[in-house]
Amino acid sequence: MKDLIVGIVALAIGVAAGYMINDKGTQVASLEEENAGLKSQLATSSSAPAAKTGGQTIANVKKKGFVQCGVSQGVPGFSNPDASDNWTGIDVDVCRAVAAAVLGDSTKVKFSPLTAKERFTALQSGEIDILSRNTTWTATRDSALGVNFAGVNYYDGQGFMVRKSLGVKGAMDLAGAAVCTNLGTTTELNVADFFRANNMEYKLVAFEKADEVVAAYDAGRCDVYTTDQSALAAQRIKLSSPDDHMVLPEVISKEPLGPVVRHGDDQWLDVVKWSLYAMLNAEEMGITKTNIGTMMNSDNPSILRFVGKEGDVGKNLGLSADWSANIIKQVGNYGESFERNVGPNTAIKLTRGVNANWKDGGLMYGMPGR
Amino acid sequence: MAEEVIQSQKPSKPLVWNDPTYRALFFQVLVLGGVVSLGYVLISNTLTNLERQGIASGFGFLKGTAGFSILMTLIDYSEEDSYFWAFIVSLLNTLLVAGIGIFFATILGFFIGVCRLSSNWMLSKIAAVYIETLRNIPLLLQIFFWYFGVLRGLPSPGNSINVFDTYFLNIRGLYSPSPIFEDGFSLILWALITGFVATFFISRWARKRQQETGQQFPTFLSSISLVIGLPLIASVVAGFPLSWEYPVLRGFNFTGGFVVIPELVALSLALSLYTASFIAEIVRAGILAISRGQTEASYALGLQAWPTLRLVVIPQALRVIIPPLTNQYLNLTKNSSLAAAIAYPDLVLVFAGTILMQTGQAVEIIAITMGVYLAISLMISAFMNWYNKKMALVES
Repeated sequence: MKDLIVGIVALAIGVAAGYMINDKGTQVASLEEENAGLKSQLATSSSAPAAKTGGQTIANVKKKGFVQCGVSQGVPGFSNPDASDNWTGIDVDVCRAVAAAVLGDSTKVKFSPLTAKERFTALQSGEIDILSRNTTWTATRDSALGVNFAGVNYYDGQGFMVRKSLGVKGAMDLAGAAVCTNLGTTTELNVADFFRANNMEYKLVAFEKADEVVAAYDAGRCDVYTTDQSALAAQRIKLSSPDDHMVLPEVISKEPLGPVVRHGDDQWLDVVKWSLYAMLNAEEMGITKTNIGTMMNSDNPSILRFVGKEGDVGKNLGLSADWSANIIKQVGNYGESFERNVGPNTAIKLTRGVNANWKDGGLMYGMPGR
Repeated sequence: MAEEVIQSQKPSKPLVWNDPTYRALFFQVLVLGGVVSLGYVLISNTLTNLERQGIASGFGFLKGTAGFSILMTLIDYSEEDSYFWAFIVSLLNTLLVAGIGIFFATILGFFIGVCRLSSNWMLSKIAAVYIETLRNIPLLLQIFFWYFGVLRGLPSPGNSINVFDTYFLNIRGLYSPSPIFEDGFSLILWALITGFVATFFISRWARKRQQETGQQFPTFLSSISLVIGLPLIASVVAGFPLSWEYPVLRGFNFTGGFVVIPELVALSLALSLYTASFIAEIVRAGILAISRGQTEASYALGLQAWPTLRLVVIPQALRVIIPPLTNQYLNLTKNSSLAAAIAYPDLVLVFAGTILMQTGQAVEIIAITMGVYLAISLMISAFMNWYNKKMALVES
């Protein structure tokens, strides 16, 4: 009986103390928000989760001197490390562009390879500053996960890859097939919808890592490998004999892929968004890595605005005046990034298609930089 | 003088903060209060921050429509079912692979442990090599070895290994006929149950009689004939109300029949072979813990090697074996979560993978997953503790 009373008293004291501490905790936290220096110290001490980020990310990034970028574990052309751990790809270029805009140096990026399953948690917890990992923009992700999509850097759609020897002509011939894919992706749902809508039987084998999907498909565990068409093109070069496989013509979904940032830091969202638009606008205006030097002395007002000679977009974003010039100087415009990483002259051999600039009839449209 | 001091101190009661009882109480209250407040701060902080970042929270998501398919289901499941149902399906898959793993690991572990102690040089060396190899290679590598190494060598569905047009083995799994129950099948089921119940009572009666009179009864033969014979007679009476659905190659894959997927095979193989190597060592230690005198006494009474092992050594060794064996069962169950690496749809892959991804409710889902593993582990421990108590030496 005495023990019980002691327990109840302790419980009451505990809850009361917890309530008080927590109250103080919130006060401390709001003070902290004003004290950017302390806050960034916290963030740099490795794992301290940046819970509240009202305009904090840009200060953090400047303080620590690099952008922490969440990427895939290896999708050639999108985000892929070479033997000496240099990352390349169009997703990587988005992070490099942000680093060039904020820090003036596109090499100041650190990469965190993430599985599809880990990616949003890493962003929510403040482990990374940008998630640029061929991530599809969907309503659920935008609303329920506490993240914001900063734009689209590749318009994709889900497709199917099969062995040529199967003699399959199109996706409607796939009834009864075993399908390999990545766990925790929109792909998993799209393929379920597709087969259900067409009343076809199928068996879905979902792996956590892309390399395991490729290995299992290559071994013949599945008849079909399904994911975004761009990733199919990229992963095909990892197969033992890429020429024995083909991508079916059907595209069964819309997959707009783009960089993602945390909710609640609008300034950082703007920086990432406009870094991407800068790459699109540069292509539209014909500003490239090679001619940016001469463009600095152009007499076209919109180009002068772009390179920071006129207007104060840079200042409003909290960046230097030459932020967009730095992006083009060090990373190049969107078209250059595309050609270098996934274009027809690379192993991945993707054509521009809908990803052409809007002037060429594509969907890549940068908002006016005025 | 000294006596005086003691006398003068004794009657005065110590002050409250010097009284050991109150002191102890005070610190207990302080510690418990601290733990509770820490928990409170953690939980309310998490909730506040989730809300501030606009991340959905709560358990309502379990009612949502799953929308994805699961490779292997023990119960009916379709894309229209809820996340909760998908959770149950994946939980059953985890329990299945843990059950299979524990069953085979125990049998194999006991066998190898006994072999390790065999006087046959060859046998004991083979067992030693088995143990030293398998327990020293990381489990994940072994899973990959079986899945990507061994099972990869199986043929494609078109070139399946065909056993009498009934069983088909290929890289997509082992296909076997599945039974179709027709009217009157319940009669066979009842006959089977009757057989088991009768066997139970007969063996009890036979043991009692043997203890009282020393007469033996052919329990094994009678049980076999009861368990097999009764259903057989019942099926003749009911006119064989059972037919088989055979797997047929249609399009890409076999349809119909019953399939054991390679992911399940690879995972069960790796788990049981790996854990068996640890169980073998536990069994060896248990047997060696029984003094040599027990065996010698048994031989002196005229018992042969096998009955000596079965009736004298192992019952005593079990007391040493059970507690560490429980640890291995718990390890195996928790290790089954490596299933995610080879696409076996277990709790971690489906619930803490796909569902976590689709709903984004990491905190709730990881909490549920941890709770489930904790509950399974506690249940295994409870059962093993009960068994341990039953096997314990009763000193009279």
